[in-house]
Amino acid sequence: MKKREGSTLGLERIKIAKRVAEELSDGEVINLGVGIPTLIPDYLGDKKVYLQSENGLLGMGPTPDDEDINMDLISASKKPITMDTGASLFDSSDSFVMIRGGHVDLAVMGALQIDQYGEIANWAVPGKTILGVGGAMDLVAGAKRIIIASRHLAKDSSPKLVKELTFPSSGVRKADMLVTEHAVFKFTDNGTELIEILSDMSVEELRKITGADFTYGDE
Amino acid sequence: MEKLIDRSDFLKLIDNGDTLLVGGFGLSGTPLTLIDELAASDKKDLTVVSNNLGEEGRGLGKLLLTGCLKKAKGSYFTTNRDAVQAWSDGKLEIELVPQGTLAEAIRCGGAGIGGFYTKTAVGTKVAEGKEEREFDGETYILEKAIKGDVSLVKALKADTLGNLVYDHTGRNFNKVIATAGKIVIAEVDEIVEVGELEPLEIVTPHVYVDYVVKNKYEKKGGKYIGS
Repeated sequence: MKKREGSTLGLERIKIAKRVAEELSDGEVINLGVGIPTLIPDYLGDKKVYLQSENGLLGMGPTPDDEDINMDLISASKKPITMDTGASLFDSSDSFVMIRGGHVDLAVMGALQIDQYGEIANWAVPGKTILGVGGAMDLVAGAKRIIIASRHLAKDSSPKLVKELTFPSSGVRKADMLVTEHAVFKFTDNGTELIEILSDMSVEELRKITGADFTYGDE
Repeated sequence: MEKLIDRSDFLKLIDNGDTLLVGGFGLSGTPLTLIDELAASDKKDLTVVSNNLGEEGRGLGKLLLTGCLKKAKGSYFTTNRDAVQAWSDGKLEIELVPQGTLAEAIRCGGAGIGGFYTKTAVGTKVAEGKEEREFDGETYILEKAIKGDVSLVKALKADTLGNLVYDHTGRNFNKVIATAGKIVIAEVDEIVEVGELEPLEIVTPHVYVDYVVKNKYEKKGGKYIGS
């Protein structure tokens, strides 16, 4: 990701990661999905959280120096990692006892689409060969809290936040929050609520690039 | 050591059409030597149950180049373009299982449990055709246990009884896979005498392990060289 750091895309990804990092609390057990969520550990400041990796580690540390790499100590993205003080190792079934059983405080994941109530589509695009689901559906079903970290628009400029999903759902369980480069949204049984604008867009401009209706303030 | 077999004898334990449970997450904790033997064999119509199919041309990915696979069952095949291509060409059946459901289904297979109800995948394509049931106001789906004809696992060390210890996250699916095959074969980097492994560090007790094969690859700089 280093080469992208100075680009607009890179800066927007960092902005999203920084804003999500503000939502994390000391002592929480957190599972980070691929993409933008993996940037979050760089912006935690003094907060101490415990990163869970679904391939069997609680207490994931930073990337090792080259001479310390062991490809049997990797993240779920299959990258070499280290273990933090207090880390523990376990097998895949225990890892999903943790995830599915509601013992992980927060999952931060990407999404292809999110509907107005927070239902997530993050594993398959209609008409394309996507032959992977990984641990996404287990995290959607079991994490105590779910935050979606995603760019506001898809690569084809279509909005990711939509009234109804047109992509296959990842489960009936809803996300709690969506953070994009432009805004922070909260999901409730009544629909989407805009709680913060992160760019220089007005609320009206934001409505134009968002596929779902949302409330703001006292509306 | 009774359980120690030569890697060239391993293929005698595999029949055409077998379902093989194979440990590993990507290439980590993967029985690379046993897979090489399979890739060089004329076995056919095999079903592999594993989280991934290795990488292109590496690990289980090698089996896609030889056409011995009929079906792959696992959670994530997208990153191996050969798997996507084989599926697109109609040469490989694929059954997608959420990762936690895969682990639990194999655990049940080894534990004498026929199936289980899970909230994972409720309301998705993965749940289509599966029995739904409500417990305490929440909807669950029924998932059947997974068992195999042969389990192939990768451990760091075995003792001469067949007790296994794993290398960090190389444990992954190996622990449950070691319980769920009619025949269980462990590939290891090192074989030590009974008593040399700390009982506290043993993750797979010897009762599950039928055969042990010594890994042919050497690990240097954290990677298996030449694999």
